Amino acid sequence: MKLYKDTNNKNNVYKYWPIFLLIIIFLIFPFVINAYWVDVLFFFGIYALLGLSLNIVLGEVGLFDLGHMGFMAIGAYTTAILNTSFGIPIIVLLPLSAISAAGFAWLVCSPIIHLRGDYLCIVTIGMGEIIRLTLNNNPFGITGGSNGVYGIDFPSLGSIFVVDNSTKFYYYIWIIVGLTIIGLINLQRSRIGRAWNCIREDEVAAESTGIDVRFYKLLAFVLGAGLAGVAGNIYASKLMIVSPESFSFMESSMLFCIVLIGGMGSIPGVLIGAAAISLFPEFFRTFAQYRMLIFGVTMVAMMIFRPGGIWPRKRGAIERKLILTKAGTENG
Amino acid sequence: MKIILEQLLNGLTIGSFYALIALGYSMVYGVMKLINFAHGDLFALGSYLGYTLLVFGSTYVTATLGIWGGMIAAMLIAAIGIGIAGTLVERIAYRPIYSAGRLPAVVSALGASIVIQNGIMVVWGPRPQAYSSKIVASHVLNIGGIKITSIQILVLLISFILMGLLFYIVQKTTFGAAIRACALDRSTAALMGINIETIIFFIFALGPALGGMAGVMVGMYYRKITFVMGWNYGLKAFTATILGGIGNIPGAMLGGLLLGILEMIGSVYISTAYKDVFVFVILILVLIFRPTGLLGEKVAEKV
Repeated sequence: MKLYKDTNNKNNVYKYWPIFLLIIIFLIFPFVINAYWVDVLFFFGIYALLGLSLNIVLGEVGLFDLGHMGFMAIGAYTTAILNTSFGIPIIVLLPLSAISAAGFAWLVCSPIIHLRGDYLCIVTIGMGEIIRLTLNNNPFGITGGSNGVYGIDFPSLGSIFVVDNSTKFYYYIWIIVGLTIIGLINLQRSRIGRAWNCIREDEVAAESTGIDVRFYKLLAFVLGAGLAGVAGNIYASKLMIVSPESFSFMESSMLFCIVLIGGMGSIPGVLIGAAAISLFPEFFRTFAQYRMLIFGVTMVAMMIFRPGGIWPRKRGAIERKLILTKAGTENG
Repeated sequence: MKIILEQLLNGLTIGSFYALIALGYSMVYGVMKLINFAHGDLFALGSYLGYTLLVFGSTYVTATLGIWGGMIAAMLIAAIGIGIAGTLVERIAYRPIYSAGRLPAVVSALGASIVIQNGIMVVWGPRPQAYSSKIVASHVLNIGGIKITSIQILVLLISFILMGLLFYIVQKTTFGAAIRACALDRSTAALMGINIETIIFFIFALGPALGGMAGVMVGMYYRKITFVMGWNYGLKAFTATILGGIGNIPGAMLGGLLLGILEMIGSVYISTAYKDVFVFVILILVLIFRPTGLLGEKVAEKV
C-alpha cells in the first residue's frame, strides 16, 4: 500500500514538469525582453484573468454572458473613485472591488437567472451596455463622463513595496493569475464544480438529482464577477485611468472568443485563447490596416478547423468509462 | 400634441430601420438557431454600397430615372449585392461548422463581423462618408402643421411595403410554409420533402437584403455613415428581435417599431444621454415578466 502511494507521488512530480518549465520561463521573461513586450505580457495576464472569470460562467455552467466587461467596469470604477476621492490604498481596494462587482452581479442577476440561452445573452449585453452608458453619462458627477477617472495610485504595501514599473506589474498580475488557476482547479474538482458541469450538460437532469440550479448559476455569476472585479482593480492601477470606452460590447465579445477559441471549461485552453486574442494583434502590427482583417479571418478559420477549441477539456475518467460502455452496448 | 406626433413619426422611422434589420436576425435564428452577428455589418456594407452606387451612378441613372428613381434603383441594387454577400458569409463562415453545435458559430460570426467591418474600412477608408444633397433629394413637407421630410415618407412607405410583402410570403405562400416548417423542426421538415439547403440559401439572401436596403435608407435619413455603425444598429435590432420574441417574424416587426418609439420617448421625456439605458431597462423588465419576448410562444421544456 505504501509502495503504491510513493510511486504515485513520484509520478505526480514528473508528470507536471512542463508546468514547472513554463513557470521558470515566465519568471525569467522580463530579463530577456524589452519593456514594451513586458507590457504586452501584462495585458495578456489581464485577459487571462478575465478569460478565467468568464470561463466560470460560460465554460463551467454554459450560461451565455456577453456583458462580462460590465463587472470589470464596476471593479475598476470602485477602485478609481474610492482611491482618488478618499485615498484608500489600492491593495485594500482589491478585495473591496471584488466584493462590489460580485455584489452587483448578485443584485442584477437574481431576477434574470431563470432566462434561457439567447434571452440571457441579450440581457447580459443590455446590462453591460447600461453600465457603460451610465458611466459615460457621469451620474452625480462621480465617474467623470467619457474622460473617466484619472490619477489612480500604484498598488503598494506601506511605502516599502510599491508596484510601480512594468516588470513589477508583470509579476503582480501573473502571481494573481497563478493563484486563481490553483483555486479554479480545486473548484473544478469540488462538489460545486461537478454541480456546475452537471447543469451545463443537462439542466433538467441536474435539478431532478437535487442540485439547486438557481443557486449554483447565481454562484457562478457572483464568482465570475468577483474575479472580473479583481482584474478591473489591477487594470485601473496599471493604467492610472479608467474610461467607459475600455468596457465596450466589443471587448465583452472578445472575452467570449477567448473562452471558445481555447476550449470551453478548460483552464489551459483559456490561457491559450487569451494569448491568441492579446498577442496576435501585436505580432501582426506590420500589416497595419489589414491587421484586424487577418484577425477576423483567423477566428473563422480556427472555428472551422478546431470547433471544440485549441485545447478542449478532457472528459473525466468516469464519464469516459460511461461513454465507452454505452458505445459497447450499442455496437454489440 | 404636434410635438408628440412629430416625435412619434421620428420614432416610427427609426423603428422601421430596426424592424427591417431585426427581420434578418429573426429569420436566420428561426431556421438555424444561430445569432448572425455579422448581420449588423452586412447592413453597414449595404449603406456603403448604396453610397457608391449613388455617387458613381448619379450621372447615368439619375439622368434617365430622375433623382427618386436613382435612389430606389440604388436601394434595389444594394439589396441584391448584400443578399449575395449574406449567402457568401453563410457558405464560408457558417456551413462548415453547423455540425459542431451552436457556440463555435458565435465565434465564427464575430470573426465574419470583424472581417466585414475592417473590409469596409480598408476599401472606403476610416473616415465617415456622407450622402450629399446632390444624390439624395429631401424636402420638408408641412401636413396640418406637422413637419415631415420626404425621405421619412419614402422610408416609411418602402419599409411597410417590404414588411407586408415578407409577412405575405411567410404566412400565405407555400415557400413561406416551408420556412415555417423548418423553423419548427428541421429534420422533420426534410423528411416531408422540403429542400433545407434552398431554404437556408433564401433565408441568408433575404434577411441581409432587407438589412442592406435599411442601410441605404439610414444613409439617406441621417446622411452620415461610418464603418463601425453596424455594431450599434445590429445590437439595437437584435434587442428588438428579442423584445418581440426571437424567431417570430411579426414579433421582429413589432419589436423594431416599438424600440424606435421607445427610444424617441426616452430621448424626449427622460434625457438624450439616457435613451439607450431606458431602452435596455425596458427590455430587461419585459424579459423578467415575459421570458420569451412579447409575441414569443411558450416553449415546452424538452426532457
